[in-house]
Amino acid sequence: MSELIGRSVPRVEDERLLRGEGAYVDDLHPSGCSEAAFLRSPQAHARIVSIDVEEARSAPGVIAVLTGADLAGELEPMVFQIARVVPETVRASTGAVSRVHPMPAIPADRATYVGQPLAVVVAESRYLAEDALELIELELEPLPAVVDPEAALEPGAPLVEPEWEDNLALEYRYRRGDVDAAFEQAAVVVEEVFHSHRHVASPIETRGVVATVDPLDGTLAVSASTQTPHQLRDFLAGALRRAPETLRVRAPDVGGGFGPKGAIYPEDLVIPYLATRVGRPVKWIEDRSEHFAATTHGREQVHRIALAADADGRILAVRDSIVHNCGAYHTLGLVVPYNTLTHLIGPYDVPAVDVRLRAAITNTGVVAPYRGAGRPEAVFAMERAVTRLARAVGIDAAELRARNLIAPEAMPYATGMIYRDGTEQVYDSGDYPKLLARARALVEEEPWAERAAGRRVGVGYAAYVEGTGVGPFESAALTVLGGGRVRVATGASSQGQSHRTTLAQIAADALGVPFERIEVVGGDTAAIAAGFGTIASRSLVVAGNAVAKAAAELRAAVLDAAGSLLGAPPESLTLADGTIRPLDGDGPELPLADLAGALSPFNPRRPAGAPTELHAKAIFNPGPVTYAAGVHAAVVAVDPATGAVEILRYAVSHDCGRPVNPAIAEGQVLGGVMQGIGGALYEELVYDPDGQLRTGSFMDYLLPTAGEMPEIRLVHVDCPTPLNPLGVKGLGEGGAIGPPAAIANAVEDALADLGVVVRACPLTPDRVRALIRAGGGDGGATAGAGATEVAA
Amino acid sequence: MKPASFEYRAPEQLDELLELLADDFTDVRVIAGGQSLVPMMNFRLSTPELLLDLRRVDELGALEHRPDGALSVGATVTQARLLRQLEQQGGWPVLAEGIRHIGHPQIRSRGTVCGSLAHHDPTAELPALAVALDARMTVAGPQGRRTVAAADFFTTYYETVLEPGELLAEVVFPAWPAARGWGFRELARRRGDFALVGAVATVDRDAAGATAEAVALVLFGVGERPVRLGGVEQALAGKPLDAAALASVEPLVAEAIDPVDDLHASADYRREIAVQLSVGALADAWERSSARV
Ligand SMILES: Cc1cc2nc3c(=O)[nH]c(=O)nc-3n(C[C@H](O)[C@H](O)[C@H](O)COP(=O)(O)OP(=O)(O)OC[C@H]3O[C@@H](n4cnc5c(N)ncnc54)[C@H](O)[C@@H]3O)c2cc1C
Repeated sequence: MSELIGRSVPRVEDERLLRGEGAYVDDLHPSGCSEAAFLRSPQAHARIVSIDVEEARSAPGVIAVLTGADLAGELEPMVFQIARVVPETVRASTGAVSRVHPMPAIPADRATYVGQPLAVVVAESRYLAEDALELIELELEPLPAVVDPEAALEPGAPLVEPEWEDNLALEYRYRRGDVDAAFEQAAVVVEEVFHSHRHVASPIETRGVVATVDPLDGTLAVSASTQTPHQLRDFLAGALRRAPETLRVRAPDVGGGFGPKGAIYPEDLVIPYLATRVGRPVKWIEDRSEHFAATTHGREQVHRIALAADADGRILAVRDSIVHNCGAYHTLGLVVPYNTLTHLIGPYDVPAVDVRLRAAITNTGVVAPYRGAGRPEAVFAMERAVTRLARAVGIDAAELRARNLIAPEAMPYATGMIYRDGTEQVYDSGDYPKLLARARALVEEEPWAERAAGRRVGVGYAAYVEGTGVGPFESAALTVLGGGRVRVATGASSQGQSHRTTLAQIAADALGVPFERIEVVGGDTAAIAAGFGTIASRSLVVAGNAVAKAAAELRAAVLDAAGSLLGAPPESLTLADGTIRPLDGDGPELPLADLAGALSPFNPRRPAGAPTELHAKAIFNPGPVTYAAGVHAAVVAVDPATGAVEILRYAVSHDCGRPVNPAIAEGQVLGGVMQGIGGALYEELVYDPDGQLRTGSFMDYLLPTAGEMPEIRLVHVDCPTPLNPLGVKGLGEGGAIGPPAAIANAVEDALADLGVVVRACPLTPDRVRALIRAGGGDGGATAGAGATEVAA
Repeated sequence: MKPASFEYRAPEQLDELLELLADDFTDVRVIAGGQSLVPMMNFRLSTPELLLDLRRVDELGALEHRPDGALSVGATVTQARLLRQLEQQGGWPVLAEGIRHIGHPQIRSRGTVCGSLAHHDPTAELPALAVALDARMTVAGPQGRRTVAAADFFTTYYETVLEPGELLAEVVFPAWPAARGWGFRELARRRGDFALVGAVATVDRDAAGATAEAVALVLFGVGERPVRLGGVEQALAGKPLDAAALASVEPLVAEAIDPVDDLHASADYRREIAVQLSVGALADAWERSSARV
């Protein structure tokens, strides 16, 4: 009965947003609202000697000034349960150990990263609050800081958390097969160090919180630019010791999230607390300087990776030793570091694997999921290594990949690993050779030399898989409203993913109600009691199937109620186009609007025992994650004289299962690709060795803009998953996973004869020139013991 | 990221403006397009007590051709307005090309030519263009007006010879000979960014068209102010700018500049690129020039 699923229905979000009618947190102006500004640590690691706020307290327009000492008895340090979670099966498989420490909302004794909040001013306006900040006298005693994660793990490194004996926050090691023997017998071994550098997500809308206490019932209403309003509610309930029912958290229109807005921050707790304390609404909008320092960062891993292969380029074993930088607080446990493990081997069939990861806390901003969340890091290391291997074996990089891909006949394919949710990792479906072939076709069809005009041309590939649709659950509640419209409420709020369109398509199809009569509400804990949120490429899988499930129940309820009204058995009826009809076409029709009207308590003739409301709720608990996959291919032109890199074409072949709305799916992939290009060529968050942030504005941290967008070609290779009724896989992050690896591989390909080895991004013109100057080595390719000679 | 509080005045008379500007007891700043000043105020790197808006003073808005063929650009003339004028009426093609490299249309439609000169970011296009084209700056102050050659105007990063109480009333670009050739080369990380390095060159050939009679070469992004490469100019004067001549000046370029490292590029890289861009801009200028008439 599917009519809408699979069609590029225009986004219902666009008209409002394009007309400027969107309502973001900063558009909310509750009457009597005050504004907050934070004093932030100018040092990466320091003892707080004193904070004198007397002058600030008496400054014009100031309502309150609070330091960590003032909050000490009021707000418990923040504890992130998720950081503790290590499923028993994960522990058994990898020996994973996670060590957590509480994060003070505002510390009283010690600052641990630049940008950490040390005091907050509430004033009549943000201007006056910032004026008062300048009057606070802060005395800090500098402590030794550690910035580099490898240095942090050295014996004798400064301790970021003095309660610990070292800076190790998390550790695991996974082994399968006889890795040592594979390296012994290998014809070719490549070994290299690859860095994924630090990013900041840079959504157009920064974070923001507005908190108001309802004078009538004391409810604390919080509007925040968050990806996870229900989780924020539950966190606040615990931290503020309130019943969850006395809290309402809403995410209004949100201008991009990309992961960082799935975290819970000190400001998320302090602003609602202040609203209860000062007795006025309090608003805080993060400015861009704050965003660079105090919103969670992404990436930053070092991989020492080695591949062993036979003379034909069949990969026999992968060995990787990874160091991950957590930043100053370990808040998310396995999430990012363990994603790296379960996505490292990707689409390849590799008999032996040995991967070890150590995660260090350092005096830098907290690192948390950013579009891809541990996967781009894994893919950068593996796909760079695979490309080095192709060079060492002397065959085409795409051909070498083809020789190692898991065959479609091997699906479902168990990797032997345990996924983060504790279940066995099984690739449910996919056709990796076809993905590769389609991507190849998109870049091999043209003679690029002509377009490069005297520059060097290179082609690079990156293949990946992505576990999507992670649990534990998502909720949906469907209600027939007056007039026959249907409201779909879900716990999955949107930051640009087009839920109002795609979830309405799913509901319309499952119900038999026209698309225009469906309205989707997300991001409001008052609209639906339980919810998890929009993170981790999960919403279409988890919320989409919850909507489909609730819609099926609602449809049954509608037919039941109509049956009793019409005196017909429900099985003899159908609902299509918003009207109930007899299946055999013989009998009266009943528009849904009329049914709703007939059930109204105002109707004196409503049938006894009929429901007063047509409503259905569902929770969808996905099983194991489903595997999206893709192959990216970049064609670049490199000017060897200036080091400038131009992307001539970027090609993506992509499997997101059954696409619900192909245009929206493409938009998601293209956006991800642009963010990935940002990391490959432009963006890098830089700390100096003392932990000072060197990239504090968009003058220093360069985002790709429309002018940098290359030609992007995209093909879908649809392999619907058997794991959920809709057959869908997630795709929000996939676009961002491939570009750093694909572009680095392409640049290296363009400069291969110069001995260039790309070990890190972004590939700025300066760095490309430096690589050319440094070229000439063998690039880390060595023959394994007992190997036959292979031409490099 | 909110500015500290300040007073704002927008007088209509230049006299009144200069009087307010000369107040020794107040930290006064003029604002033109605000494209550099407002971000600095938002970061509280600049905290003036009084902001004097130039834009209501009509006489600062003149954009006119002088009888001697020079082009005078008043303090409130935006980069976009000058670009439009050049594109419609011709002349100073190198100036037009340089302005196209400033930011984006949104920036140019507010940012002023004189504001960029007075602000003096050494990686900006206009200061280098002013030096290369021998522009003259008209400075207005409590003691009346004085004229400063562009070559003497820029002192060091974000500093000029402007004294407190003074303002740049106009910049005058001398007449542009139709036979003059020009080159403008710039390398930036993204379209519209401030340059990593840029080069401006002009060439005037002799009457026979066989050699360069006069050469100008100015680099930006390589030091504390636009750098005029007099040594290169002299070495090339009287010669045809063929490949050999251009190759011969490469070491002169590298020696003449002292760039610095920053987040976007190293000093070595800037030096390397400065040589390439210089040669490229000179070659373009030679190519585009014709015999003096
Ligand atoms: C996103 C962005 C990108 C940019 N990219 C570039 C670029 O690529 N290249 C480039 O060159 N510039 C760039 N700029 C800067 C832009 O060109 C500015 O407009 C210019 O630097 C200053 O001109 P303004 O009129 O805006 O001056 P304002 O910002 O108003 O003033 C700047 C400074 O000059 C002083 N001032 C202004 N006018 C006068 C005067 N007549 N006499 C004395 N003092 C004066 C002010 O007091 C202030 O100190 C960019 C700006 C932005 C925001």
